[in-house]
Amino acid sequence: MEAAAATTARDDARIVAALRAGDEDAFRMLVAELHSSLVRVALIYVPSRAVAEEVVQETWLGVLRGLDRFEGRSSLKTWIFRILTNTAKTRGQREGRTIPFSSLQSPGTVPEPAVDPDRFRPDDDPRWPGHWASAPAELPEERLVEAETRARLDAAIAELPASQRAVITLRDVQGWTSEEVCNALSISETNQRVLLHRARSKVRAALEHYLKGDEE
Amino acid sequence: MNQVEQLSCRELVELVTDYFEGALAPAERARFEQHLAACSGCTRYVEQLRATVSAVGRLEPDAVPPDAEAALLEAFRDWKSGI
Repeated sequence: MEAAAATTARDDARIVAALRAGDEDAFRMLVAELHSSLVRVALIYVPSRAVAEEVVQETWLGVLRGLDRFEGRSSLKTWIFRILTNTAKTRGQREGRTIPFSSLQSPGTVPEPAVDPDRFRPDDDPRWPGHWASAPAELPEERLVEAETRARLDAAIAELPASQRAVITLRDVQGWTSEEVCNALSISETNQRVLLHRARSKVRAALEHYLKGDEE
Repeated sequence: MNQVEQLSCRELVELVTDYFEGALAPAERARFEQHLAACSGCTRYVEQLRATVSAVGRLEPDAVPPDAEAALLEAFRDWKSGI
């Protein structure tokens, strides 16, 4: 892990130096890389996309103004996302939104099965309790790379509750490590896993449903 | 392994993320893998999850809306001129 952290620190130093030198391309690239993640995390705290976009704009202003104070004690991403979550929480409160923080901080309290229970035999089945009643089929490889499939995946992710959508975006779309996600969102490893599990389960179900439907 | 210790398929599907993350304790991981070895339904389910994660990994993040990008570049130039 130390080697990866050292690489991140070097990359961060390079980006910060470029920004401080007024390098517009460096800024544009950083914005492009983080924009959709920032919006999705903001949506955990604020009620609409329009407000989320405002929060993200405010965040970038905060990043620029605070750049002199960035010392590299945390990663640049963590630092940016902390500014974002603080800005989003403040704005969320101003919007009068009572955010269900429980969905982010203690997702495990409300159970949510990964698969429709109807897919399984009941627990008192005499021969195969809790086993598949209707087993999953193999997904056709060639259809997974089609544009329409990607569009369906995008749609499935867009429909997720905000916390689940943010975690699957950061982990699976953007490729962040679980540590990076936990630091950015200030959540525990366990909570992050629950959110990821639920998000992936729903997206899998949507994908299976889409690919099966067209075969009928 | 007796009946009580074995995972049902319904239980297994709840553990797949923990399995991928390496978060299962050794004994639990052994039960998980033993179940997979004997259950084609769960094997296909795990494959579906892997395929889902790969496919999601190929999605492009949303582009920055043009007006947002323009506003940010302007803010950057303002900030630049002040430093």
